Amino acid sequence: MTVEVARDAPPAAAMARRGRRWWWRLGPLVALAVFASLPYSTLSLPGVFDGALNAPGTLQLLAICLVFGGLAAGYDLLFGRTGLLSFGHALYFAAGIYGTDILVTHAGLPLWQAALAALAGSTALAGVLGAVALRTSGIAFAMVTLAFAQVGALLVARDFGGLTGGEEGLPLATEGLPGAFVGVANTVNLYWLALAYLVVVVAVVARVAASPTGRVLAGLRDDERRVGVLGLDPYRFKLVAFTLAGALAALGGVVYVLVVGGASPHVTSSELTLSLLVMVVLGGPGTRWGPVLGGMVYMYLDHRLTSLAADLPGPLAQPLFVLGVIFILAVYFFPGGLAGLSGRIAPLRAALRRRTTTQWSETSS
Amino acid sequence: MSTLVLLTLTGLGLSALYFLVASGLSLVFGLADVLNFAHGLFLSVGAYATWWAAGHVPGAGDGGLGFVLAAAIGVLAGAAVAALVELVLIRPLYSRTIEQVLVTVGLSLAGVALLHATWGADPRPFPRPEWARGVTFVGGASVPNSSLLLVVAAALVLVAILAFLRFTRVGLVIRAGVEDREMVTALGVDVRTAFTLVFAIGGAAAALAGALGGVYFGSVSPSQGGSLLIFAFIVVVIGGMGSVVGSAYAAVAVGLLQQFVNYYGTAGLGDICVVALLAVVLLVRPQGIAGRAVTA
Repeated sequence: MTVEVARDAPPAAAMARRGRRWWWRLGPLVALAVFASLPYSTLSLPGVFDGALNAPGTLQLLAICLVFGGLAAGYDLLFGRTGLLSFGHALYFAAGIYGTDILVTHAGLPLWQAALAALAGSTALAGVLGAVALRTSGIAFAMVTLAFAQVGALLVARDFGGLTGGEEGLPLATEGLPGAFVGVANTVNLYWLALAYLVVVVAVVARVAASPTGRVLAGLRDDERRVGVLGLDPYRFKLVAFTLAGALAALGGVVYVLVVGGASPHVTSSELTLSLLVMVVLGGPGTRWGPVLGGMVYMYLDHRLTSLAADLPGPLAQPLFVLGVIFILAVYFFPGGLAGLSGRIAPLRAALRRRTTTQWSETSS
Repeated sequence: MSTLVLLTLTGLGLSALYFLVASGLSLVFGLADVLNFAHGLFLSVGAYATWWAAGHVPGAGDGGLGFVLAAAIGVLAGAAVAALVELVLIRPLYSRTIEQVLVTVGLSLAGVALLHATWGADPRPFPRPEWARGVTFVGGASVPNSSLLLVVAAALVLVAILAFLRFTRVGLVIRAGVEDREMVTALGVDVRTAFTLVFAIGGAAAALAGALGGVYFGSVSPSQGGSLLIFAFIVVVIGGMGSVVGSAYAAVAVGLLQQFVNYYGTAGLGDICVVALLAVVLLVRPQGIAGRAVTA
């Protein structure tokens, strides 16, 4: 199983990149500063967002986009960097959400205890289920993780002991929460929390990818047998990646439940995992910013298309139809996703430039 | 005793439904290494085509021969869509497993959304022949005829697929391709025609499951395919990928387990037991019942 990602860049591109390096270093910092200061802006972008940038509705949508950017980056640790095609990632996200929600709402724990307990529980869950599922590989692994996630969806839907609220979902009780996270006026704090989550995930994934472990994971993606021949145990490294990705997803769940203010059974559905896959592939698997970008753009489109849908005819009114078709086209025509787009356009631009210069020299001679 | 008979027969009806979906999945995976997420879509296409044909095609209807005609149209539609998907979407990505999975994922999202847009998200009442609504008395239990219909249909499909694989030349090519695709190609046989055929057969079986499942559930909705697909996946993994007979055994085990536990335990417990069974099978025998190694 291999995943096509941008690996060793050709020398020319590497030289161009060295020239641009200071820009690349600075770019994310600038983006971070812009995102962190967005709540201070009263700019309104008609057509892009319904209200001004610092309106609670806009901030909540942005916070959801940020959480999903982080979630997609965490999923990419599995898919793009280790080559594991898991169809059950939503389970750990949902475990973080429902774990926090149940502990706060039913058990009455303070938020930080509930969040820590949910995080620890979800991580342990990822470890145990990963240990079983990783006994298979490739497509069978995908099916098995899907089945496990389905059990999670069933447990939530059947509402054993009235814990999860079944189809209705479970609104988060506000008594146990710190005041800074309660109320519409404090949406801005949740927005910063979501931004912090995204930064944490990107930092962790980048740190892991740059470490010796990350190199082994990349080796597993490219040629698992060879890693085994080199005397490393593929199973153990894959389990580490699976557990870590599960923990990152659970952390995302903790943030998400605060942003949305409750849990709904939708987060356990296999559709959510599929959309994570779509985000990563649209953004560019195995790159640092591709999945983040993919996750944010996907969630934004998903929300905006729903509200724009009334004006569109027929199947175009269904966001999933539009996104599904874009996804299929992306698999065929942009295998590197958004992150690989500039690399794909570069030869075209170079060819165009060459043509214009030759035309110019022909006319002048 | 009558409860036992009833549970066994309705459980077998469920098994039959799983088998019809899983057989195609298993064959497609065995031959082409494609995990087909769009298989649930073929089921929905079959169900909706049958439903549509019963209302619009002259001669088709919800009674007797009319329903047979409607179901035949549904099966043909499923097979046609499956063959088309293989030709247009899967074939250009030959031997690129991950991309194929991604395309079928996109297709399942877009296809279900298309069904939503066309016929709405609400379940539609499905045309049911008069006799399928009745019950038959077997061993003191009154068993719904729709369950029996499913069991008979699945048994016929199983026999037909096995006979096709064993006694025809194309079947020979498919069996050889499941064992070792490179060798078959090296011997000068074009396996790709077999791919299309296997897709069409799988699509037809899934569409039949859609049509008969519509009779069984009494309604048809866009999301039906997806929820059945997950259990079909479990059946395929337990049965051993690429083995039709393994799928049949696994489908019987899964259907019966689900039905019995759901009756004697809490509702929903059976579904969880099925996944537990999957975990146990994976721990004890990772290659599944029929024993073809499940590796990428």
